[in-house]
Amino acid sequence: MGSVGGTVLSVSELELLVALRRGDEQAFITLVEIHGASMLRLARVYVRDRAVAEEVVQEAWLGVLGGLERFEGRSSLRTWLLSIVANLARTRAVREARSIPFSALAGAELEVEGPSVPPERFRGPQDRWAGHWATPPEPWSRPEHELLSAETRAQIMIAIDALPERQRQVITLRDVEGCSAAEVCNVLELSETNQRVLLHRARTRVRQALDDYLTPREHQQSR
Amino acid sequence: MSVPELTCKELVEVVTDYLEGRMPAEQRLLFEEHLAFCDWCQSYLEQMQATIRLTGTLREDDLTPEARDGLLGVFRDWRRR
Repeated sequence: MGSVGGTVLSVSELELLVALRRGDEQAFITLVEIHGASMLRLARVYVRDRAVAEEVVQEAWLGVLGGLERFEGRSSLRTWLLSIVANLARTRAVREARSIPFSALAGAELEVEGPSVPPERFRGPQDRWAGHWATPPEPWSRPEHELLSAETRAQIMIAIDALPERQRQVITLRDVEGCSAAEVCNVLELSETNQRVLLHRARTRVRQALDDYLTPREHQQSR
Repeated sequence: MSVPELTCKELVEVVTDYLEGRMPAEQRLLFEEHLAFCDWCQSYLEQMQATIRLTGTLREDDLTPEARDGLLGVFRDWRRR
């Protein structure tokens, strides 16, 4: 992917955008093919209702088409598209009465959180091996097809759904969607450190949920 | 075996920094040293990696044909202006 004329766009992306400006329907279909599903998933990170999220995506494409002339290609096409969706979806989410300001949410989520693993699973300060496992993790010795079963995946979905808003957004974009850390910072307007903190907490909780499911411990209270 | 300078309790807090490649070289060395001695933390790390991998399989939410048609409608309206 070479950069052309001070942009970070690939030649094929530039060609698509030029064609789109001309009103080429096939160029539009191709772009929807490439980015449409990601845009919808991002919208649903903010507004869970699918129909509302689809409206947001329509609105976003309208913004894209209207903004074509101004787009200079300083960010990647994908980042630009996702940012437009994020802005609209955020506004929509607030309007749809999940009305706590996102900045406040992020702040609260970054502060209030206990340790990654319950402290009772480690040896106490008096122990010679203080801070080492008292109840160590047991390997998930399952065949791959069992790990990939619908039941296991359902556990992950439930765990993600139960996460605080910002953690859910970050893990969805990073680990479900496969976005890079930089992209997530950009789209969700997070600092690099906060992005990592939220990702850590989200992954930690999902791992815990999976462990509770794959390694039930009768003798141990689940959190 | 000497007492590793990073405890298991500390290791689980920085596992994401490690996986993200955002760990200072010195801490990274301690982290990897600990892992070499500690099967339990090795298991923990593997579970984190499995969690990430399995979470990645949830991606299936595609555009419905109706949504696709809706977008095409948006495009055709825009072009007509």
